[in-house]
Amino acid sequence: METVPADGLIAASWLLIALPLAGAAVLLLGGRRTDRWGHLLGTGTVVAAFVLGLLCTLQLDGRQVEVGLYTFVATGSLDVPVGLLFDPLSAVFVLLITGVGALIHVYSIGYMAHDPRRRRFFAYLNLFVAAMLLLVLGDNYVALYVGWEGVGLASYLLIAFWHERPAAATAAKKAFIMNRVGDVGLALAIFLMFAQLGTVSYDGVFGSVGTLAAGTVTAIGLLLLLGACGKSGQFPLQAWLPDAMEGPTPVSALIHAATMVTAGVYLIARSAPIYDETPTARAVVLAVGAITLLIGAIAGCAQDDIKKVLAYSTVSQIGYMFLAVGLGPIGYVAGLAHLLTHGFFKAGLFLGAGSVMHAMNDQVDMRRFGGLAPHMKVTFVTFGLGYLALIGFPFLSGFYTKDAIIEAAFDRGDGWGYLLGGVAILAAGLTAFYMTRLMLMTFFGRPRWEPGVHPHESPPVMTAPMVLLAVGSVFAGFLLVVAFPLEEWLAPVFGEPVEAEHVVAPIVVSVLVTAVMVIGVLTAWLFVGRREVPAAAPVRVSPVTRAARRALYADAVNESLLMRPGQWLARALVFVDNRGVDGAVNGLAASLGGSSSRLGRTQTGFVRSYALSMLGGAVVVAGALLAVTAG
Amino acid sequence: MSTFPYLLAMIVVPAVGAAVVAALPKGRDELAKQLSLGVSLLVLVLAVLATVAFDAGGERFQLTTSVAWIPDFGVDFALGVDGIALVMLLLIGVLVPVVVLASWRDEPPGRRSMQAFFAWLLLLESLMVGVFAATDVFLFYVFFEAMLVPMYFIIGSFGGPRRQYAAVKFFLYSLVGGLVMLAAVIGLYVVSASELGEGTFAFDALRQIEIDPGVQKLLFLGFFIAFAIKAPLVPFHTWLPDSGAEAPIGGSVLLVGVLDKVGTFGFLRYCLPLFPDASRDLAPYVLVLAVAGVLYAALLAMGQSDMKRLVSYTSIAHFGFIALGIFAFTTEAGTGAVLYMVNHGIATGLLFLVVGMLIARGGSRQVGDYGGVARQAPLLAGVFLVAGLASLALPGTNSFVSEFLVLIGSFPTRPVFTVLATVGIVLAALYVLLLYQRTMHGPPRGVLLEGGIHGGDPYDDVPPARGGASAATATVTAPAPPAVPRLRVRDLSRRETAVAAPMVALVIALGVYPQPLIELIEPAVAATMSEFELDPDGDGVVPADTEGTD
Amino acid sequence: MSLTHYLVLAAILFTIGAVGVLVRRNAIVVFMCIELMLNSANLTLVTFARASGTLDGQIMAFFVMVVAAAEVVVGLAIIMSLFRTRRSASVDDANLLKY
Repeated sequence: METVPADGLIAASWLLIALPLAGAAVLLLGGRRTDRWGHLLGTGTVVAAFVLGLLCTLQLDGRQVEVGLYTFVATGSLDVPVGLLFDPLSAVFVLLITGVGALIHVYSIGYMAHDPRRRRFFAYLNLFVAAMLLLVLGDNYVALYVGWEGVGLASYLLIAFWHERPAAATAAKKAFIMNRVGDVGLALAIFLMFAQLGTVSYDGVFGSVGTLAAGTVTAIGLLLLLGACGKSGQFPLQAWLPDAMEGPTPVSALIHAATMVTAGVYLIARSAPIYDETPTARAVVLAVGAITLLIGAIAGCAQDDIKKVLAYSTVSQIGYMFLAVGLGPIGYVAGLAHLLTHGFFKAGLFLGAGSVMHAMNDQVDMRRFGGLAPHMKVTFVTFGLGYLALIGFPFLSGFYTKDAIIEAAFDRGDGWGYLLGGVAILAAGLTAFYMTRLMLMTFFGRPRWEPGVHPHESPPVMTAPMVLLAVGSVFAGFLLVVAFPLEEWLAPVFGEPVEAEHVVAPIVVSVLVTAVMVIGVLTAWLFVGRREVPAAAPVRVSPVTRAARRALYADAVNESLLMRPGQWLARALVFVDNRGVDGAVNGLAASLGGSSSRLGRTQTGFVRSYALSMLGGAVVVAGALLAVTAG
Repeated sequence: MSTFPYLLAMIVVPAVGAAVVAALPKGRDELAKQLSLGVSLLVLVLAVLATVAFDAGGERFQLTTSVAWIPDFGVDFALGVDGIALVMLLLIGVLVPVVVLASWRDEPPGRRSMQAFFAWLLLLESLMVGVFAATDVFLFYVFFEAMLVPMYFIIGSFGGPRRQYAAVKFFLYSLVGGLVMLAAVIGLYVVSASELGEGTFAFDALRQIEIDPGVQKLLFLGFFIAFAIKAPLVPFHTWLPDSGAEAPIGGSVLLVGVLDKVGTFGFLRYCLPLFPDASRDLAPYVLVLAVAGVLYAALLAMGQSDMKRLVSYTSIAHFGFIALGIFAFTTEAGTGAVLYMVNHGIATGLLFLVVGMLIARGGSRQVGDYGGVARQAPLLAGVFLVAGLASLALPGTNSFVSEFLVLIGSFPTRPVFTVLATVGIVLAALYVLLLYQRTMHGPPRGVLLEGGIHGGDPYDDVPPARGGASAATATVTAPAPPAVPRLRVRDLSRRETAVAAPMVALVIALGVYPQPLIELIEPAVAATMSEFELDPDGDGVVPADTEGTD
Repeated sequence: MSLTHYLVLAAILFTIGAVGVLVRRNAIVVFMCIELMLNSANLTLVTFARASGTLDGQIMAFFVMVVAAAEVVVGLAIIMSLFRTRRSASVDDANLLKY
């Protein structure tokens, strides 16, 4: 597929990035003067970007369009231009980011209405949108990397938005550091590409990746995967994502559910030509996806914090997407479709959770909720639709896209395919369980509210985006899979869709998944819905529950394997540096001083001793002269 | 080519300024400050004009001035700049006015006058320009050693509590390096005398002669040790945390921002071109030191409780990156290293400045004495964050470009070292964010609660916040967040904003559009590296010149 | 009387002088011992001059005597002023010039 130079509106697609970036700059530099209208400006830039993105997409017509801007860095044989690549794949992401982004901006106007720092919140959100758009629009890996770290920064700033809370500050730092670990992988992959191929642009790399040795390609693939794992909260770098829920809820919805955390999926899908060359790396992607989707689903079952349940659900759902893109050509489109529908329903769920928290004085413990359905009808209905979409209720979004992934897994045809498909179906059951548990604990049963809480429905500025996202959750799957197949839209990128030979008939998969889903729902009802939920979490629980509550000990492992030894090492090295390296220098100085004062002792002041040393010296000189003349 | 002697003017103007400031009658501090600011701004203008007059595509050394100085020994007072030296002059031009402005309200310890401080500062500027502009090895040596004197007094007279110790340590370390280098300089002269028939110190002439490999190694070591102490590389680094911590903030900025760059500048200007064989042979050892520095200093930075020491250690880690870039022998990495020298001066300079602003408010250098500053001083916190992010080389800040260039340029020839150094970027994130979180985030802590030391200007003179003293004591006994801070930390004053704004602007501007600087630097680096651009062991590495032949 | 006798005598005188300088405390005696050493050197010079038949050694001996005389003047002056301040001529009492 040849890239063509930009024309028409697409030539102005740099405005997509520039608009929110300018918004962020104005809001940050403008100071308090912009307090009154800052949120409107912030929202406006993203809405404008969405409209522009939509128009560009309509003009795209299946082409890959290049927009050259300026030379970022050029020295020696390295040439990194700042350029954008507008193709069907990035167009899909642009619409998701600006579309969901715009809705969440609108929601935030209401959600953050009473926060004195609302203007700064919108500035950071705008910064995020700009960086995320750069990530998906860049036409080379360096531009992607810049956006990649840019969204990391925005994520850091937004998680730590309420930085007076130590938990928020720590969570932000944790997120940034774990992301950086992934970034090292991405950076090394870029270095390797440059060293081996002499270029970092998508065109150049994909064009010549076939000439590389298999080991090198695998290394690049695994390093890219490390980067993707960091950003997308995949095993083994998944522990930061649930902690990131310390940020304001709109942030969780936009960054930590709908867009940023799916950047890893984008990276792997974008790098498809690389992974096509390396089955090994692709298998690792599969493994990562399968492990993560189970970890996330298991941990989600035991959380009491409503946002943490959703966070682990996100981890698990992104695991599905990794699984899909790890399957290769048969899975790319399924994974991306799930990414899009997930963007809708998970963002909607988070916004709903935010609405609930708004009503409950920022309480997040589901054990203190209960019986909210009659008090918050809009929230209940929209949240409920999102819930149904997520668990894969027939003919809602999740049903289409999750089924597609599971089908693709079975279509591998080998034993691994069955294993992966089985894992995915099992996780679908777990998903149904934990989401039903969440619904029951929040909206049904007797109220277990803290005293003085008076639940009320959120203002329209918050409910409207929820309604829109709920509509998306219902229809997006049908639209993307049946009505306007994503497969055809993405054909210029991934090739024409091939009719897969189904190992297991799709209808069988659908029935199976639905059955497992129903079992999950019923189990949840048996455990949670039938009886009273205690206001405090039970202490005496099975080891399985305990492990799930602590997310299979991911934090404990990180702490004991990395954090503690790291702290110990730093402290030990400080000692070594002060006592060892500096001590050696100071010791040298001290020993010089000491020996000089000791030598000074020989100057006793007694003339006779000086005379004796003179005599000794004279004898030595005479002896030496004799020795020389005699010898 | 312009006939105006820009370089000479950039040396003479601040020197004269220093003399005038020193000669002012006592008690004219304000006039001294204004005069210093004026002089340093004039130097900045000269530096900019020199850059305009410089032709990036032209000869290696431009704007040359040469006067015979000691003809008997072939010593000339010869000045000239290539792109590498020119960007360093620009950095000096930018940093000195900022430092003058940042030191405006400093209270010198004892009964010393700030007049002397500014006089030393201007003298230092003059000598720093000289060190980068000299094209005669002997002249370079003279400036190299002379630079110690003003810095010694800046640290020893105007520094913190342990300033005497730090100043002596700084002086002794540098002197030892300098003497070793003197021996090598004389050795170079002797070699040139035997090779050319007539001894010379002129850089261009020395570059042409072929030196016996064994001799090369010795001379290389002579220069290298001096520069490794100056830069500093691990294990010659322990003077820097002491000096950086005890020096007044302005001194720290210039020390780390410019003075130490003489070391890395020396690697590139003297070690590589004069002793190519020795450089090639000894490069692996240098790289071990460089990469060890990146990791070791980063871990040490994490373990520091003194903010200024912490920043000093981060600099040592950054110097490791620069050395890696230089000794990787590729144009990309070398250009990155030079760019790193500039960017580090700006980024770490800004970090030192903002840490200084914080210290001026709290009266303590300990990280543990601060907490929750962001709430009360968002602008200060914002600048702190920008400086920190630049220090951890986030894309969009200037340091990213240089760090990226160093790493991507070093990878083809030195993959193992590069991978190890890349791990350093995680550590960088750790030490920066730990510092930021502990001081800026969380509930108010330390000096914000208990009173701290009043430093005049920085504090709000409004009496204790709502609730008065009783509330403050209550918060101490019962730490119920959010505690009511007893002291309000004032946000950046107008002067401090004027200090930070140009630096922040440079951080962003050079992060987004670095190409003009790169174009200035690249020809000189390419000329230096052209001797080395060959595939050392043929381990599948693509030599850089296969594509750049056009 | 052979050359050896003179030289042995000079060596004995020198040794007596050297030992005297090292072991005696009285500044006057130390001073005289130094003179003794100088004169033993003179004796050696004269002896060799006589043996080799040249005048160089004898002239050198005169120089030594002149220097010795000058030294006596300075040395006695020092001893006098030392005695005035310390009421003693012991060299061990004048040990202030040390580390």
